Amino acid sequence: MAEQKNWGVIAEFENPARLLEAMTKLTDDGYKDVESWSPFPIHGMDDAMKLSGSKVPWFTLTGAISGMSLAAWLQWWTGSVDYPVVIGGKPLFTWEYAVPVFFELTVLLSAICTFISIFVLNKLPMPSHPLDNVPMFRRVTDDAFFLSIESSDPLYDTEKSQTVLAELGGTNITLVEE
Amino acid sequence: MSAQSKYTGSVFPPDLVTGNPSFGKVTDTICGIVEAKPNFTWLAAWTLAASVLAMLGGMIAYLFWEGTGIWGLNNPVGWGWAIVNFVFWVGIGHAGTLISAILFLFRQKWRTAINRFSEAMTIFAVICALVFPGIHVGRVWAAYWMLPLPNQMGMWPNFRSPLLWDVFAVSTYFTVSLIFWYVGLIPDLATLRDRAKSKFAYYAYGLFAVGWRGANRHWQNYERAYLIFAAIATPLVLSVHSVVSFDFAVSIIPGWHTTIFPPYFVAGAIFSGFAMVNSLAVPCRKIFGLEDYMTVHHIENMNKIICVTGTMVGYAYACEFFIAWYSASPYEAFAFVNRAFGPYAWAYWIMVSCNVITPQLFWFKKIRRSMTWTFILSIFVNIGMWFERFVITSSLHRDFIPSSWDYYSPTIIDILTFVGSFGLFFTLFILFLKFLPAIAIAEIKGVMPHADPHWSGYHQHDEEGEHHG
Repeated sequence: MAEQKNWGVIAEFENPARLLEAMTKLTDDGYKDVESWSPFPIHGMDDAMKLSGSKVPWFTLTGAISGMSLAAWLQWWTGSVDYPVVIGGKPLFTWEYAVPVFFELTVLLSAICTFISIFVLNKLPMPSHPLDNVPMFRRVTDDAFFLSIESSDPLYDTEKSQTVLAELGGTNITLVEE
Repeated sequence: MSAQSKYTGSVFPPDLVTGNPSFGKVTDTICGIVEAKPNFTWLAAWTLAASVLAMLGGMIAYLFWEGTGIWGLNNPVGWGWAIVNFVFWVGIGHAGTLISAILFLFRQKWRTAINRFSEAMTIFAVICALVFPGIHVGRVWAAYWMLPLPNQMGMWPNFRSPLLWDVFAVSTYFTVSLIFWYVGLIPDLATLRDRAKSKFAYYAYGLFAVGWRGANRHWQNYERAYLIFAAIATPLVLSVHSVVSFDFAVSIIPGWHTTIFPPYFVAGAIFSGFAMVNSLAVPCRKIFGLEDYMTVHHIENMNKIICVTGTMVGYAYACEFFIAWYSASPYEAFAFVNRAFGPYAWAYWIMVSCNVITPQLFWFKKIRRSMTWTFILSIFVNIGMWFERFVITSSLHRDFIPSSWDYYSPTIIDILTFVGSFGLFFTLFILFLKFLPAIAIAEIKGVMPHADPHWSGYHQHDEEGEHHG
């Protein structure tokens, strides 16, 4: 505990509207390593933070393609290669009877991959975080709205960033230790 | 925009949350249910449900010991209550997914009050449904043959069989519903974690909350994933009961081999599911004081859906008769005349009364908004929809050769097994009400007026009529 590194600074805002306003100003000024913390998603915050689109759909697409391929291979290989049985003189494989399982496995693997994407892209599970040491931060899942600037941001300055947050209407401004 | 406030109440939909609580109040109310010590009523209800569940265990054990001969199955009726109960429970599940997925895509914000609750209902109903195909196979130790698992015989299931499609459809449905439900729960589990008083609760909720802290970068991926879940669950929910109906429709039994089955089953499933949501929601909102969240408006909306889907089901019944006549197939015609006027006419007319006639009362606004009427009529629909599946299945009793005709009656074991499945359902549901938030806390906050980033205080709204709904 000899050397405490500064993680950043956090401020509380009264409501989503004020938080969004403050965020817009900060990112307009060029701040990048900023984050909004809220009990529910705030409409328009992605644009205010100038975030690029979510990568979740790529995971879903991967799942969909794998599911469809798995279903096609499974139904064709089991019935035509591994244990071919002629039933009622029908061909060993036709696509028509395979449609329900195509659909089900496509949906199943899409869902599983989308589920995994939440964990991968958000780096969850995240058992600890510097903000856990800030007592007021516990209210983030209840009714509090926070804005943080991390020390990794090039524009970050311990003193100046606190002043900026205060000017934007932030209260309970707290320095966060790593 | 100033005109807007003048007409509030007549043109614009009513508030989704009444009483205008703060965000903190919402958290307190919903988490309070979970955090309070279990009271006598809860314990009594849970004990009762668990005893009925124990009875189900006994019935299943007896079945495994003795075999399916203890059921009322006979020669023409080879499918009895096991399939009836399976279809009944799967159908109930559909309302949960409809509320969570389809209404989400249609931006029906009123769904937020009831989605958590009905998704839980879906999952527990599907668990109940899965019990029946699991136990009805006769040789239960070979039940894994339903899955395409490599085995010492080198054999694979027959992918041409609708029964196998059903295995895929229902297991996919269960998995996707569970994932969807859990993802929705993550932010609320974090809320419970942050409020936890005991170390155990902190770690238990914390484990499943996976370190959720409400960062917007997380919300962005979360919301996108949620949208995708809704988009893939929508065709899924429509497909599940379609595939269930293939179990019947792909066979060549008169009365079953009809193309109307998939849409008719789906409409019936949604119908029965909403009835079950109302049967559960009406007492729960009262007992837990959730009237401001599950408002009369919500119940009324569900009653409208019951009215619509009930009418669709009635149309399907009529259409079946028309096609039976129009097909000019004597077997088809006989199957339907026999349904309505044969030995099972009593079951047919119970079905028609409960599914087609009584829901028409929901045309009256007074009845739609009355909790007593809603509850009574929802029970009627549940009964009617169980009978619908019974009517379809029991139509096997008069097959092609009159010499093999027989009358099917359930045994006491059949009946107690079905009653026992309610024990399973309610044991899980009552546990859910006590240990997880029954209303999606994060979502309901998101639809409140002060969550809108353009909202800047009630005073302005009142005085200037400023409103960006």
